[in-house]
Amino acid sequence: MTAVATLQGVTFGYTSAPVVEDVSLSVDAGEYVAVVGPNGSGKSTLLKLLLGLERPEAGSARLFGEPSQSFDDGERIGFVAQHASAATAMPITVREVVSMGRYAHVGFGRLGDDDYAIVDRALDTVGMTAFADRRITALSGGQRQRAFIARALASEADLLVLDEPTVGVDVESVDAFYDLLDDLHAEGITVVLVEHDLGAVTNHAERVVCVNRTVYFDGPADEFVESDALARAFGTVAVGGESR
Amino acid sequence: MTAVAAVVDVASQPGALGLLSPLYWLLDVWSWVMSQLYHATGLGMLQPKYAFMHRALLVGLCIGVMAPLIGTFLVHRQLALIGDALAHTAFAGVAVGLFLNAVLEIGVSPYLTAVVVAVIAALFIELISEVTDAYNDVSMAIVLSTGFALGTTLISLNAGGLAVGIDQYLFGNLSTVSRENAAILIVLFAVIVGTVALTRNQLLYVTFDETAAAVSGIPVNWYNRVMVMLTALVVVGAMQIMGVILVAAMLVVPVASAAQVSRSFSESLLVSVVLAELAVVLGIGVSYYGGATAGGVIVLVAVSIYVATVAVGKLQTAMGEDATPEVGSVDASGSEPTTD
Repeated sequence: MTAVATLQGVTFGYTSAPVVEDVSLSVDAGEYVAVVGPNGSGKSTLLKLLLGLERPEAGSARLFGEPSQSFDDGERIGFVAQHASAATAMPITVREVVSMGRYAHVGFGRLGDDDYAIVDRALDTVGMTAFADRRITALSGGQRQRAFIARALASEADLLVLDEPTVGVDVESVDAFYDLLDDLHAEGITVVLVEHDLGAVTNHAERVVCVNRTVYFDGPADEFVESDALARAFGTVAVGGESR
Repeated sequence: MTAVAAVVDVASQPGALGLLSPLYWLLDVWSWVMSQLYHATGLGMLQPKYAFMHRALLVGLCIGVMAPLIGTFLVHRQLALIGDALAHTAFAGVAVGLFLNAVLEIGVSPYLTAVVVAVIAALFIELISEVTDAYNDVSMAIVLSTGFALGTTLISLNAGGLAVGIDQYLFGNLSTVSRENAAILIVLFAVIVGTVALTRNQLLYVTFDETAAAVSGIPVNWYNRVMVMLTALVVVGAMQIMGVILVAAMLVVPVASAAQVSRSFSESLLVSVVLAELAVVLGIGVSYYGGATAGGVIVLVAVSIYVATVAVGKLQTAMGEDATPEVGSVDASGSEPTTD
């Protein structure tokens, strides 16, 4: 097994108080890892460090063996954020959003027929073909997240990283969303997911990493349910609770 | 009548800007085309003796393309006001140019110094936002005020002859579009359109979803810097006709109109350019025949178009609500492999 992403003794804070402290973590190819923790536990920050969006104060973060900060082979990573993070009032269709997944492949060039075929397949995979020419603002939260998944698929990424993707998504769509993730994982895509919904996580992910500034648990999902990591992690909310 | 006064055209001075001579040739060709159009249509404002009107139209048409082109990327990042801030610093740049001309007795175009000062201010705003992690309306307000204060101070320092000509920069003026300034604008136009054409994908991704763009390997900070610099160039280019105070409207109003009626991003780019051109041509026409300031009329036309598009947009939504397609089923392991 090759490590897709690793954190080694990583410490980071937005202020002098660390949000993430001495965290070590390694994700192998083909794994389905869920990162859980209370609000303000540093789980989203962990993801940013993993992706090279923030620089660790101590320790190192690596993607596919390269330092995350200098890693620029963007076509290997698909990223899905909370849907609120994208510009919301912008006139842009679902197909245009999904096409962005091809940008890392074409650089300054234009998308070709092959690229559009891949975009169409990605739309089909997430069941959004009928919505391809809709404005993204006209969609429900669940539909929008599917479009963002399709964008990640269109990039043909080996690693799919999701930051609380189901925030603001209705319950029915959440189930369909996790079924989709299961299918993608079954196809061999590595999934790293930050999630606050513990039920969804334990039902779908293989491995759970429970954090609250430091790692409280890292192991198979079923063992996590039986462990007391949850109580310990959530019992100390106040420690790192002031920032994300 | 501004039109009559402007027949006394400022002859372009040869000198540091000799490099622009191929563009002067281009301007002559354009002027000839406009004269032919006059003979064909009889439109008074296209008379061959009004070469300045030909140039003003050309400049207006260029503004109608480049302002909404850049504005589209700004508006959808909630950066609509950055144009205003940069326009006011460009005014400081104009003042610097006039000051240098008066003190050192050189013949540098105030628009060139405006370009330099506005680009520096643009990078300054961008660096502030990178350090503080957000575009800050307070820092933008400070940059805006500083620019305008510096401008007025410099101008008052060597008042006398200079204060007379300041209106053209504040409010814009069709008749002061000299050959030199028109040539500078063509250069700016080429730089802006060329850059956007080349980096359209990256600019769109950064505008729509900065984090995902960063993850996909796009150097987001560099594109943000490019964007604010292009904004500075547009502002200076458009200032000749629109004036410092109204120039930002061309970055924002046509884009806001297009967003009302467009579904896709490419459509909104196209629509915003078409609407901006409409405002420019109507505005210049009305201001010529009515003897009003072009910048003001252009903005009024643009805003009228905006109001109309809001109504059209509401109508579209009301009529398009009934047909909602079914969400397709999720099928990751289906007929076609999605990844390989």
